[in-house]
Amino acid sequence: MLKASLLLLAVAATAATMAVAQPTVRVEPAHLETQRPLADETAKAAIRDYLESWQSMDAALEQNRPDLLDADFVGDARDKLSETIQEQAKLGIRTHYEDRAHDVQIVFYSPEGLSIELIDTVDYDTQLLDHDKPQAKQQVHARYIVVLTPAELRWRVRVLQAQTE
Amino acid sequence: MKAARASLLAGAAAFMALPAFAQGGGLTVPKTIEAGAAFSIQSSGSGKGSLYIVGIGQALKRDIQLGETTWFPVGSLYNAGHYMVVVTGDGGAAESGSLDVVPESKPADLSFLARPSRLPVGLHDGITGAVYVFDAYKNLIPASMPVEFALAGPSGETQSRTVNTRYGVAWTALDSTPKQGTDKFVARSGGVSSERVIGQVPGDPCGLKMSAAPAGKDVRLQTDPVRDCSGNAVPDGTIVTFTEAYNGAQSTVDVPLKRGIAQVEMPAHPGATITVASGVILGNQIRWGR
Repeated sequence: MLKASLLLLAVAATAATMAVAQPTVRVEPAHLETQRPLADETAKAAIRDYLESWQSMDAALEQNRPDLLDADFVGDARDKLSETIQEQAKLGIRTHYEDRAHDVQIVFYSPEGLSIELIDTVDYDTQLLDHDKPQAKQQVHARYIVVLTPAELRWRVRVLQAQTE
Repeated sequence: MKAARASLLAGAAAFMALPAFAQGGGLTVPKTIEAGAAFSIQSSGSGKGSLYIVGIGQALKRDIQLGETTWFPVGSLYNAGHYMVVVTGDGGAAESGSLDVVPESKPADLSFLARPSRLPVGLHDGITGAVYVFDAYKNLIPASMPVEFALAGPSGETQSRTVNTRYGVAWTALDSTPKQGTDKFVARSGGVSSERVIGQVPGDPCGLKMSAAPAGKDVRLQTDPVRDCSGNAVPDGTIVTFTEAYNGAQSTVDVPLKRGIAQVEMPAHPGATITVASGVILGNQIRWGR
Protein backbone atom coordinates (compact mmCIF):
# COMPACT_ATOMS: atom_id res chain seq x y z
CA MET A 1 0.00 0.00 0.00
CA LEU A 2 2.74 2.43 1.04
CA LYS A 3 4.84 1.39 -1.92
CA ALA A 4 1.91 2.07 -4.26
CA SER A 5 1.34 5.51 -2.69
CA LEU A 6 5.00 6.46 -3.05
CA LEU A 7 4.94 5.39 -6.68
CA LEU A 8 1.85 7.51 -7.25
CA LEU A 9 3.56 10.51 -5.62
CA ALA A 10 6.67 9.97 -7.73
CA VAL A 11 4.59 9.82 -10.92
CA ALA A 12 2.72 12.94 -9.88
CA ALA A 13 5.97 14.77 -9.12
CA THR A 14 7.44 13.74 -12.48
CA ALA A 15 4.30 14.86 -14.28
CA ALA A 16 4.39 18.18 -12.46
CA THR A 17 8.01 18.70 -13.43
CA MET A 18 7.34 17.86 -17.06
CA ALA A 19 4.23 20.01 -17.32
CA VAL A 20 4.60 23.45 -18.84
CA ALA A 21 4.10 26.09 -16.19
CA GLN A 22 0.86 27.96 -16.74
CA PRO A 23 1.14 31.75 -16.76
CA THR A 24 -0.66 33.71 -14.11
CA VAL A 25 -3.49 35.73 -15.60
CA ARG A 26 -5.11 38.82 -14.21
CA VAL A 27 -8.07 40.36 -15.99
CA GLU A 28 -8.84 44.01 -15.31
CA PRO A 29 -12.43 45.25 -15.68
CA ALA A 30 -13.14 46.27 -19.27
CA HIS A 31 -12.94 49.99 -19.94
CA LEU A 32 -15.24 50.57 -22.90
CA GLU A 33 -16.72 53.66 -24.47
CA THR A 34 -18.65 51.96 -27.24
CA GLN A 35 -22.41 51.63 -27.64
CA ARG A 36 -22.35 47.84 -27.88
CA PRO A 37 -22.49 46.00 -24.56
CA LEU A 38 -19.86 43.32 -24.13
CA ALA A 39 -21.29 40.09 -22.76
CA ASP A 40 -19.22 38.31 -20.11
CA GLU A 41 -19.13 35.15 -22.24
CA THR A 42 -17.77 37.10 -25.20
CA ALA A 43 -15.06 38.74 -23.08
CA LYS A 44 -14.06 35.43 -21.52
CA ALA A 45 -13.92 33.67 -24.90
CA ALA A 46 -11.81 36.44 -26.45
CA ILE A 47 -9.33 36.45 -23.55
CA ARG A 48 -9.17 32.64 -23.47
CA ASP A 49 -8.48 32.47 -27.22
CA TYR A 50 -5.89 35.24 -26.98
CA LEU A 51 -4.01 33.49 -24.16
CA GLU A 52 -4.02 30.26 -26.17
CA SER A 53 -2.51 32.14 -29.09
CA TRP A 54 0.69 32.59 -27.05
CA GLN A 55 1.08 28.81 -26.93
CA SER A 56 0.69 28.40 -30.68
CA MET A 57 2.94 31.40 -31.35
CA ASP A 58 5.64 29.86 -29.16
CA ALA A 59 5.30 26.48 -30.86
CA ALA A 60 5.40 28.05 -34.33
CA LEU A 61 8.50 30.19 -33.58
CA GLU A 62 10.27 27.37 -31.75
CA GLN A 63 9.67 24.80 -34.49
CA ASN A 64 9.75 27.27 -37.39
CA ARG A 65 6.34 26.04 -38.51
CA PRO A 66 4.01 28.79 -39.77
CA ASP A 67 1.15 26.29 -40.13
CA LEU A 68 0.86 26.23 -36.32
CA LEU A 69 -0.37 29.84 -36.47
CA ASP A 70 -3.46 29.06 -38.52
CA ALA A 71 -5.86 28.39 -35.67
CA ASP A 72 -5.11 31.53 -33.71
CA PHE A 73 -3.78 34.21 -36.04
CA VAL A 74 -5.19 35.97 -39.07
CA GLY A 75 -4.40 38.93 -41.31
CA ASP A 76 -1.34 41.07 -40.63
CA ALA A 77 -0.48 39.32 -37.36
CA ARG A 78 -0.32 35.98 -39.14
CA ASP A 79 1.58 37.41 -42.10
CA LYS A 80 4.18 39.09 -39.90
CA LEU A 81 4.72 36.05 -37.69
CA SER A 82 4.93 33.85 -40.76
CA GLU A 83 7.60 36.12 -42.29
CA THR A 84 9.54 36.03 -39.01
CA ILE A 85 9.46 32.23 -39.07
CA GLN A 86 10.70 32.21 -42.67
CA GLU A 87 13.53 34.57 -41.69
CA GLN A 88 14.40 32.41 -38.68
CA ALA A 89 14.45 29.24 -40.81
CA LYS A 90 16.66 30.92 -43.40
CA LEU A 91 19.10 32.05 -40.70
CA GLY A 92 19.08 28.71 -38.89
CA ILE A 93 17.72 30.19 -35.68
CA ARG A 94 14.75 29.47 -33.46
CA THR A 95 13.18 31.40 -30.62
CA HIS A 96 11.30 30.24 -27.57
CA TYR A 97 8.72 32.44 -25.86
CA GLU A 98 7.41 31.44 -22.46
CA ASP A 99 4.76 33.71 -21.03
CA ARG A 100 4.82 33.89 -17.23
CA ALA A 101 2.18 36.49 -16.43
CA HIS A 102 -0.55 38.43 -18.22
CA ASP A 103 -2.44 41.49 -17.03
CA VAL A 104 -5.26 41.91 -19.53
CA GLN A 105 -7.79 44.67 -20.04
CA ILE A 106 -10.32 44.93 -22.87
CA VAL A 107 -10.33 48.53 -24.08
CA PHE A 108 -12.51 48.45 -27.20
CA TYR A 109 -15.40 46.45 -28.60
CA SER A 110 -16.37 47.71 -32.01
CA PRO A 111 -20.01 48.75 -32.42
CA GLU A 112 -20.71 46.12 -35.07
CA GLY A 113 -19.12 43.41 -32.90
CA LEU A 114 -16.40 42.55 -35.39
CA SER A 115 -13.33 43.40 -33.31
CA ILE A 116 -12.13 43.46 -29.75
CA GLU A 117 -9.02 45.33 -28.68
CA LEU A 118 -7.17 44.57 -25.48
CA ILE A 119 -4.05 45.69 -23.70
CA ASP A 120 -1.88 43.04 -22.10
CA THR A 121 1.07 43.70 -19.84
CA VAL A 122 3.07 40.51 -20.22
CA ASP A 123 6.05 39.02 -18.43
CA TYR A 124 7.77 36.46 -20.57
CA ASP A 125 11.11 34.79 -21.23
CA THR A 126 12.70 34.79 -24.66
CA GLN A 127 15.40 32.37 -25.65
CA LEU A 128 17.44 32.48 -28.85
CA LEU A 129 18.90 29.31 -30.36
CA ASP A 130 21.24 29.24 -33.35
CA HIS A 131 21.42 25.81 -34.96
CA ASP A 132 19.96 24.42 -31.75
CA LYS A 133 22.67 26.04 -29.62
CA PRO A 134 21.30 28.41 -26.96
CA GLN A 135 22.72 31.89 -27.48
CA ALA A 136 20.91 34.07 -24.98
CA LYS A 137 17.87 34.30 -22.75
CA GLN A 138 16.04 37.42 -21.62
CA GLN A 139 13.23 38.23 -19.25
CA VAL A 140 10.88 40.75 -20.80
CA HIS A 141 8.18 42.96 -19.33
CA ALA A 142 6.21 44.54 -22.16
CA ARG A 143 2.82 45.94 -22.98
CA TYR A 144 1.06 44.53 -26.00
CA ILE A 145 -1.81 45.95 -28.02
CA VAL A 146 -3.95 43.14 -29.38
CA VAL A 147 -6.82 43.22 -31.85
CA LEU A 148 -8.99 40.14 -32.15
CA THR A 149 -11.62 39.37 -34.77
CA PRO A 150 -14.20 36.61 -34.68
CA ALA A 151 -13.85 33.50 -36.84
CA GLU A 152 -16.25 30.58 -37.10
CA LEU A 153 -15.43 29.05 -33.75
CA ARG A 154 -13.07 31.35 -31.95
CA TRP A 155 -11.48 34.78 -31.76
CA ARG A 156 -8.30 35.16 -33.77
CA VAL A 157 -5.46 37.60 -33.27
CA ARG A 158 -5.27 40.18 -36.07
CA VAL A 159 -2.81 42.60 -34.43
CA LEU A 160 -0.19 41.68 -31.82
CA GLN A 161 2.20 44.52 -31.21
CA ALA A 162 4.43 45.42 -28.29
CA GLN A 163 4.09 49.04 -27.28
CA THR A 164 6.82 51.08 -25.65
CA GLU A 165 5.62 52.11 -22.20
CA MET B 1 27.05 62.11 -57.55
CA LYS B 2 25.97 65.21 -55.65
CA ALA B 3 22.64 63.57 -54.83
CA ALA B 4 24.33 60.40 -53.62
CA ARG B 5 26.63 62.45 -51.38
CA ALA B 6 23.70 64.40 -49.98
CA SER B 7 21.87 61.15 -49.31
CA LEU B 8 24.90 59.71 -47.51
CA LEU B 9 25.18 62.86 -45.41
CA ALA B 10 21.50 62.71 -44.56
CA GLY B 11 21.88 59.05 -43.60
CA ALA B 12 24.83 59.84 -41.37
CA ALA B 13 22.88 62.67 -39.75
CA ALA B 14 20.02 60.26 -39.08
CA PHE B 15 22.37 57.81 -37.40
CA MET B 16 23.88 60.58 -35.28
CA ALA B 17 20.44 61.77 -34.19
CA LEU B 18 19.50 58.41 -32.69
CA PRO B 19 19.73 58.17 -28.93
CA ALA B 20 21.95 55.21 -28.08
CA PHE B 21 22.30 53.48 -24.74
CA ALA B 22 24.92 51.09 -23.54
CA GLN B 23 23.29 47.79 -22.70
CA GLY B 24 24.77 44.50 -21.55
CA GLY B 25 28.34 45.67 -20.96
CA GLY B 26 29.90 47.06 -24.11
CA LEU B 27 26.85 46.77 -26.33
CA THR B 28 25.41 50.12 -27.40
CA VAL B 29 21.90 49.85 -28.80
CA PRO B 30 19.31 52.58 -29.45
CA LYS B 31 16.51 52.24 -26.92
CA THR B 32 13.84 52.92 -29.53
CA ILE B 33 13.76 53.53 -33.25
CA GLU B 34 10.93 54.48 -35.55
CA ALA B 35 9.77 51.72 -37.87
CA GLY B 36 11.98 51.56 -40.94
CA ALA B 37 14.51 54.13 -39.68
CA ALA B 38 18.24 53.63 -40.06
CA PHE B 39 20.16 52.77 -36.89
CA SER B 40 23.42 51.35 -35.67
CA ILE B 41 24.66 49.02 -32.95
CA GLN B 42 28.10 49.24 -31.38
CA SER B 43 29.63 46.07 -29.97
CA SER B 44 32.74 45.62 -27.86
CA GLY B 45 35.66 43.21 -27.96
CA SER B 46 37.62 41.96 -30.93
CA GLY B 47 37.47 39.21 -33.47
CA LYS B 48 34.57 37.92 -35.45
CA GLY B 49 31.08 37.59 -34.08
CA SER B 50 27.39 37.48 -34.83
CA LEU B 51 24.72 40.07 -34.17
CA TYR B 52 21.12 38.95 -33.78
CA ILE B 53 17.98 41.09 -33.57
CA VAL B 54 14.98 38.89 -32.88
CA GLY B 55 11.36 39.50 -31.99
CA ILE B 56 7.99 38.21 -33.03
CA GLY B 57 7.92 40.79 -35.83
CA GLN B 58 11.28 40.10 -37.48
CA ALA B 59 14.53 38.16 -37.18
CA LEU B 60 17.87 39.54 -38.37
CA LYS B 61 21.40 38.19 -38.14
CA ARG B 62 24.66 39.80 -39.27
CA ASP B 63 28.23 38.55 -39.23
CA ILE B 64 30.17 41.35 -37.57
CA GLN B 65 33.60 42.44 -36.49
CA LEU B 66 33.43 42.83 -32.72
CA GLY B 67 34.25 46.29 -31.45
CA GLU B 68 32.95 47.94 -34.60
CA THR B 69 29.70 49.66 -35.41
CA THR B 70 27.12 47.75 -37.44
CA TRP B 71 24.91 49.94 -39.59
CA PHE B 72 21.36 49.08 -40.51
CA PRO B 73 20.02 51.12 -43.43
CA VAL B 74 16.52 52.50 -43.82
CA GLY B 75 13.92 49.75 -44.06
CA SER B 76 15.91 47.08 -42.18
CA LEU B 77 13.70 46.86 -39.10
CA TYR B 78 10.13 47.96 -39.67
CA ASN B 79 7.68 45.83 -37.68
CA ALA B 80 6.81 47.59 -34.43
CA GLY B 81 7.54 45.66 -31.27
CA HIS B 82 10.13 44.58 -28.76
CA TYR B 83 13.36 42.99 -29.96
CA MET B 84 16.15 41.12 -28.23
CA VAL B 85 19.61 42.17 -29.41
CA VAL B 86 22.38 39.61 -28.94
CA VAL B 87 26.04 39.72 -29.90
CA THR B 88 28.13 36.57 -29.70
CA GLY B 89 31.83 36.12 -30.34
CA ASP B 90 33.75 33.15 -31.58
CA GLY B 91 34.54 32.34 -27.98
CA GLY B 92 30.83 31.91 -27.32
CA ALA B 93 30.39 34.74 -24.79
CA ALA B 94 27.22 36.75 -25.45
CA GLU B 95 26.18 40.30 -24.76
CA SER B 96 22.55 41.21 -25.00
CA GLY B 97 20.27 44.21 -24.95
CA SER B 98 16.89 45.19 -26.25
CA LEU B 99 15.38 47.55 -28.74
CA ASP B 100 11.83 48.82 -29.25
CA VAL B 101 10.56 49.68 -32.70
CA VAL B 102 7.74 52.22 -32.59
CA PRO B 103 5.29 52.83 -35.44
CA GLU B 104 5.72 55.77 -37.77
CA SER B 105 3.64 58.71 -36.64
CA LYS B 106 2.08 59.33 -40.05
CA PRO B 107 -0.94 57.22 -41.01
CA ALA B 108 -0.71 55.35 -44.29
CA ASP B 109 -3.68 53.02 -44.10
CA LEU B 110 -7.06 52.99 -42.39
CA SER B 111 -8.91 49.80 -41.63
CA PHE B 112 -12.49 51.05 -41.77
CA LEU B 113 -15.37 48.89 -40.59
CA ALA B 114 -18.73 50.45 -41.49
CA ARG B 115 -22.06 48.81 -40.76
CA PRO B 116 -24.65 48.12 -41.95
CA SER B 117 -24.27 48.20 -45.72
CA ARG B 118 -28.02 48.84 -46.10
CA LEU B 119 -30.57 50.30 -43.71
CA PRO B 120 -33.82 52.30 -43.62
CA VAL B 121 -33.76 56.08 -43.77
CA GLY B 122 -33.98 58.25 -40.66
CA LEU B 123 -32.56 55.79 -38.14
CA HIS B 124 -30.92 57.42 -35.11
CA ASP B 125 -27.33 56.18 -34.65
CA GLY B 126 -28.12 53.59 -37.29
CA ILE B 127 -24.73 53.74 -39.04
CA THR B 128 -21.54 52.93 -37.18
CA GLY B 129 -17.94 53.20 -38.26
CA ALA B 130 -14.75 52.07 -36.54
CA VAL B 131 -11.28 52.90 -37.81
CA TYR B 132 -7.92 51.37 -36.94
CA VAL B 133 -5.01 53.56 -38.02
CA PHE B 134 -1.86 51.95 -39.45
CA ASP B 135 1.48 53.24 -40.68
CA ALA B 136 3.16 52.32 -43.97
CA TYR B 137 4.49 49.08 -42.46
CA LYS B 138 1.06 47.95 -41.24
CA ASN B 139 1.90 48.82 -37.64
CA LEU B 140 -1.04 50.02 -35.55
CA ILE B 141 -0.35 53.61 -34.47
CA PRO B 142 -1.30 53.82 -30.78
CA ALA B 143 -0.65 57.56 -30.39
CA SER B 144 -3.89 59.53 -30.24
CA MET B 145 -4.80 61.29 -33.48
CA PRO B 146 -7.98 62.78 -34.95
CA VAL B 147 -10.13 60.80 -37.35
CA GLU B 148 -12.87 62.61 -39.26
CA PHE B 149 -15.98 60.64 -40.13
CA ALA B 150 -18.24 62.15 -42.83
CA LEU B 151 -21.49 60.75 -44.12
CA ALA B 152 -22.74 62.37 -47.33
CA GLY B 153 -26.36 61.66 -48.24
CA PRO B 154 -27.78 61.32 -51.76
CA SER B 155 -28.78 64.98 -51.91
CA GLY B 156 -25.37 66.19 -50.74
CA GLU B 157 -26.09 66.94 -47.10
CA THR B 158 -23.21 65.84 -44.88
CA GLN B 159 -22.90 64.82 -41.26
CA SER B 160 -19.37 65.09 -39.96
CA ARG B 161 -17.72 64.18 -36.68
CA THR B 162 -14.11 64.16 -35.53
CA VAL B 163 -13.00 61.61 -32.96
CA ASN B 164 -9.54 61.08 -31.48
CA THR B 165 -8.14 57.56 -31.58
CA ARG B 166 -7.53 55.68 -28.38
CA TYR B 167 -5.08 52.77 -28.63
CA GLY B 168 -5.13 53.23 -32.39
CA VAL B 169 -8.88 53.04 -32.89
CA ALA B 170 -11.72 55.57 -33.21
CA TRP B 171 -15.42 54.99 -33.75
CA THR B 172 -18.65 56.87 -34.24
CA ALA B 173 -22.37 56.39 -34.75
CA LEU B 174 -24.35 58.55 -37.19
CA ASP B 175 -28.01 58.85 -38.19
CA SER B 176 -29.11 57.55 -41.55
CA THR B 177 -30.27 60.49 -43.67
CA PRO B 178 -33.97 61.15 -44.53
CA LYS B 179 -33.54 60.51 -48.26
CA GLN B 180 -33.25 57.10 -49.84
CA GLY B 181 -30.29 56.34 -52.09
CA THR B 182 -26.57 55.81 -51.68
CA ASP B 183 -24.56 57.43 -48.91
CA LYS B 184 -20.80 57.86 -48.99
CA PHE B 185 -19.26 57.18 -45.60
CA VAL B 186 -15.69 58.44 -45.44
CA ALA B 187 -13.06 58.22 -42.71
CA ARG B 188 -10.00 60.50 -42.91
CA SER B 189 -6.87 60.81 -40.84
CA GLY B 190 -3.49 62.37 -41.58
CA GLY B 191 -4.18 62.78 -45.28
CA VAL B 192 -5.39 59.21 -45.75
CA SER B 193 -9.00 58.33 -46.38
CA SER B 194 -11.14 55.27 -46.79
CA GLU B 195 -14.66 55.21 -48.21
CA ARG B 196 -17.59 52.87 -47.78
CA VAL B 197 -20.97 52.93 -49.49
CA ILE B 198 -24.13 52.65 -47.43
CA GLY B 199 -27.46 51.94 -49.11
CA GLN B 200 -30.43 53.70 -47.58
CA VAL B 201 -33.83 52.24 -48.37
CA PRO B 202 -37.23 53.75 -47.55
CA GLY B 203 -38.62 53.04 -44.13
CA ASP B 204 -41.99 51.51 -43.35
CA PRO B 205 -45.04 52.97 -45.11
CA CYS B 206 -46.44 56.00 -43.39
CA GLY B 207 -50.04 57.29 -43.64
CA LEU B 208 -51.17 54.32 -45.74
CA LYS B 209 -54.45 55.32 -47.39
CA MET B 210 -56.81 53.58 -49.83
CA SER B 211 -59.90 54.61 -51.69
CA ALA B 212 -62.77 52.50 -52.97
CA ALA B 213 -64.91 52.69 -56.08
CA PRO B 214 -67.64 50.44 -57.54
CA ALA B 215 -66.58 48.09 -60.32
CA GLY B 216 -69.60 46.06 -61.42
CA LYS B 217 -70.33 43.50 -58.72
CA ASP B 218 -67.00 44.27 -57.08
CA VAL B 219 -65.39 47.13 -55.30
CA ARG B 220 -62.07 48.44 -56.68
CA LEU B 221 -59.62 49.26 -53.90
CA GLN B 222 -56.55 51.36 -54.60
CA THR B 223 -53.96 52.90 -52.34
CA ASP B 224 -52.52 56.37 -52.74
CA PRO B 225 -48.82 56.27 -53.69
CA VAL B 226 -47.21 54.53 -50.72
CA ARG B 227 -44.45 56.51 -49.05
CA ASP B 228 -42.44 56.34 -45.84
CA CYS B 229 -42.57 59.06 -43.19
CA SER B 230 -39.77 60.98 -44.95
CA GLY B 231 -41.65 61.00 -48.25
CA ASN B 232 -39.57 58.32 -50.00
CA ALA B 233 -41.52 55.98 -52.26
CA VAL B 234 -41.79 52.52 -50.74
CA PRO B 235 -40.27 50.06 -53.26
CA ASP B 236 -42.41 48.09 -55.68
CA GLY B 237 -42.94 44.57 -54.51
CA THR B 238 -43.71 45.59 -50.95
CA ILE B 239 -46.80 43.64 -49.92
CA VAL B 240 -50.01 45.50 -49.09
CA THR B 241 -52.78 43.49 -47.46
CA PHE B 242 -56.47 44.25 -48.07
CA THR B 243 -58.93 42.63 -45.67
CA GLU B 244 -62.70 42.56 -46.09
CA ALA B 245 -64.90 41.53 -43.17
CA TYR B 246 -68.54 40.80 -43.87
CA ASN B 247 -71.22 39.00 -41.89
CA GLY B 248 -68.71 37.26 -39.62
CA ALA B 249 -66.54 36.10 -42.55
CA GLN B 250 -63.23 37.56 -43.57
CA SER B 251 -61.23 37.48 -46.79
CA THR B 252 -57.71 38.73 -47.28
CA VAL B 253 -55.72 39.56 -50.41
CA ASP B 254 -52.00 40.31 -50.50
CA VAL B 255 -50.97 42.60 -53.34
CA PRO B 256 -47.46 43.76 -54.23
CA LEU B 257 -46.92 47.43 -54.90
CA LYS B 258 -46.68 48.25 -58.60
CA ARG B 259 -45.52 51.72 -59.62
CA GLY B 260 -45.94 52.81 -56.05
CA ILE B 261 -49.56 51.77 -55.59
CA ALA B 262 -51.50 48.61 -54.77
CA GLN B 263 -54.89 47.84 -56.25
CA VAL B 264 -57.32 44.97 -56.13
CA GLU B 265 -61.00 44.16 -56.72
CA MET B 266 -62.96 42.41 -54.00
CA PRO B 267 -66.64 41.39 -53.80
CA ALA B 268 -68.84 44.38 -53.03
CA HIS B 269 -70.76 43.21 -49.96
CA PRO B 270 -72.97 46.03 -48.68
CA GLY B 271 -71.95 46.84 -45.09
CA ALA B 272 -68.53 45.19 -45.42
CA THR B 273 -65.61 46.65 -43.49
CA ILE B 274 -62.44 46.92 -45.56
CA THR B 275 -59.02 47.63 -44.09
CA VAL B 276 -55.56 48.02 -45.57
CA ALA B 277 -52.17 47.32 -44.01
CA SER B 278 -48.53 46.76 -44.91
CA GLY B 279 -46.65 44.64 -42.43
CA VAL B 280 -47.47 46.03 -39.02
CA ILE B 281 -48.50 49.41 -40.43
CA LEU B 282 -52.27 49.88 -40.54
CA GLY B 283 -53.97 52.18 -43.01
CA ASN B 284 -57.46 53.55 -43.16
CA GLN B 285 -60.73 51.64 -42.93
CA ILE B 286 -63.69 51.88 -45.29
CA ARG B 287 -67.28 50.75 -44.66
CA TRP B 288 -68.81 49.85 -48.02
CA GLY B 289 -72.31 51.34 -48.38
CA ARG B 290 -75.49 49.24 -48.35
